[in-house]
Amino acid sequence: MSRIQNAFDNKKAFIAFLTAGDPDYETSLNNFRAVIEAGADLIEVGIPFSDPIAEGPVIQEADIRALSSGMTTDKVFQLVKDLRKDYSIPIVFMTYANPVYHYGADEFFKNASEAGADGIIIPDCPFEERGEFEGSAAKYGMDFISMIAPTSEDRIKTIASQAKGFIYVVSSLGVTGVRSEITTDLDSIIKLIKEATDTPAAIGFGISTPAQAAEMSKKADGVIVGSAMVRIVAENGKDAPAKLAEYVKSMTKGL
Amino acid sequence: MSEILENAVKGRFGEFGGQYIPETLMNEIHKLEAAYEHYKNDPEFCAELDRLNREYAGRPSLLYYAEKMTRDLGGAKIYLKREDLNHTGSHKINNVLGQVLLAKKMGKTRVIAETGAGQHGVATATAAALMDMECEIFMGEEDTIRQSLNVYRMELLGAKVHAVKTGTKVLKDAVNEAMREWTSRVDDTLYVLGSVMGPHPFPTIVRDFQSVISKESRAQILEAEGKLPDVVIACVGGGSNAIGSFYEYIKDEGVQLIGCEAAGLGVDNPKNAATMANGSLGIFHGMKSLFCQDKYGQIAPVYSISAGLDYPGIGPEHAYLASIGRAQYVPITDEEAVRAFEYLSKTEGIIPAIESSHAVAHVMKIAPKMPKDSIIVCTISGRGDKDVAAIARYRGVEIYE
Repeated sequence: MSRIQNAFDNKKAFIAFLTAGDPDYETSLNNFRAVIEAGADLIEVGIPFSDPIAEGPVIQEADIRALSSGMTTDKVFQLVKDLRKDYSIPIVFMTYANPVYHYGADEFFKNASEAGADGIIIPDCPFEERGEFEGSAAKYGMDFISMIAPTSEDRIKTIASQAKGFIYVVSSLGVTGVRSEITTDLDSIIKLIKEATDTPAAIGFGISTPAQAAEMSKKADGVIVGSAMVRIVAENGKDAPAKLAEYVKSMTKGL
Repeated sequence: MSEILENAVKGRFGEFGGQYIPETLMNEIHKLEAAYEHYKNDPEFCAELDRLNREYAGRPSLLYYAEKMTRDLGGAKIYLKREDLNHTGSHKINNVLGQVLLAKKMGKTRVIAETGAGQHGVATATAAALMDMECEIFMGEEDTIRQSLNVYRMELLGAKVHAVKTGTKVLKDAVNEAMREWTSRVDDTLYVLGSVMGPHPFPTIVRDFQSVISKESRAQILEAEGKLPDVVIACVGGGSNAIGSFYEYIKDEGVQLIGCEAAGLGVDNPKNAATMANGSLGIFHGMKSLFCQDKYGQIAPVYSISAGLDYPGIGPEHAYLASIGRAQYVPITDEEAVRAFEYLSKTEGIIPAIESSHAVAHVMKIAPKMPKDSIIVCTISGRGDKDVAAIARYRGVEIYE
């Protein structure tokens, strides 16, 4: 069983996403440290991509800031290595198919695993195409994490039954970003997932307030927060670590 | 369903193609695939599309013997496949009539599309107006400036145009934004992709609708010359007019197929969009194909004088045809394209789109070296009215539209 399971043991998991290298390597490393120390259960490390088609404007801009600061896939691996000196928290990458594919899937997962990552989320690699990466990921002990969307319907059981690590339940149509309300019938989706697997399910896309986090954590095994955290990074520059810590504490309180 | 999920390795051209898109779109893309498989064999659908092609788009388009050009270049006989004469002024109408009709049959009430030069946007807005569909077009902000006339045209046709301000603000960014929009609203909306790119089934659907070009030209050249051409030439961005121009000849092994891509300031200059010359294998915009990218797989900013060829990738079927050696792809610079633009205007009285001028430029290179009894069919994918002001500026003449 992978380290990812630790995030869900006897608690609701708070999963925190930040783009690696946003706005620069050092600040980004400090941001991740602050988030971990403040009580996140699992962190998603975004490997920036030039054209992130599943992201809303907040994370798109973070990717641009990170790439402009000279962030590369190899530097993201270094960042995880730096974190691993102090923390055993589960870490998953979140990036797009091309940075992994072009790096060479086997080489990518070998280096990712050596750096200390536990899994990967690739939003533009659906179930049908997972063969592109899943084998290499498994070879190096990394979980290829599946997503389930409000439109998945008859696909839910098949995807859930083969899921590894955790299941990323996409709360809403569209791209990542803060939403004032989430209207999808998530209870029905989670029910189908639970019928098919024991793999934990976490809800992401649109969650930003403690109230939303509390509500979503009643439905699922964890909540994923990205854009709201990235916005704190964008607005606070070098002062972001303290603000992020404060935010994570407010979010985890109600879980 | 689960059987489909397990066995799905479809929509591939060799190793190229596939369906690399977010889970949110997967059921919709399967629905599209099923609808297309059904309607492409539905006699009523085919008859309706055929009628639209003839009575609305003006098909068949002419295959014109460019006698003066032939004489002037002194080699192969040159025929021009006149897609510029279609309604809306380019080959894009062939695809949109098919896709918007398909959207209508699927019960959709809204279409969205990306556009580069504006040709596909104008064509989509036109088909949407004709078939009573709501229409929204995504266009890079840079391109809305380069092609402001087309923006107004789309609005005139009732479409809403979104100037895309993210990324490099050109065609690839317009595709990103159209895909994002589609994931937020799939129920009533079809993304009418403009080229033979994106996730399966788009490269196949667009190719099928565009292959009317070669279906006609093959029959027309046989009628005119009693034999097949030696060379078929078309410009390539994503590659829709090229695949349409090539498709019916792929089985005719003696017919050489040549795609002309945009080399901008030159293949060795960073400012180019020559994917075949400079690209490498990648996965982007839903497909595995060749892309201009850096060593970490970040998509490279590309450049061409032609907004329609200003794309960092190429359709998967072209990547496949290149990999098996069935088609060749050559880079053409801005300067060569502009010279061809001017040459065809002066020689034949035909002002070609700057995109199509890339194909004309290659004809000018190879025709003189070919025997007089050989034949070139070159597709003029669109008309050049939209480019006149930009070419004037390129030549240092300031014109305000």
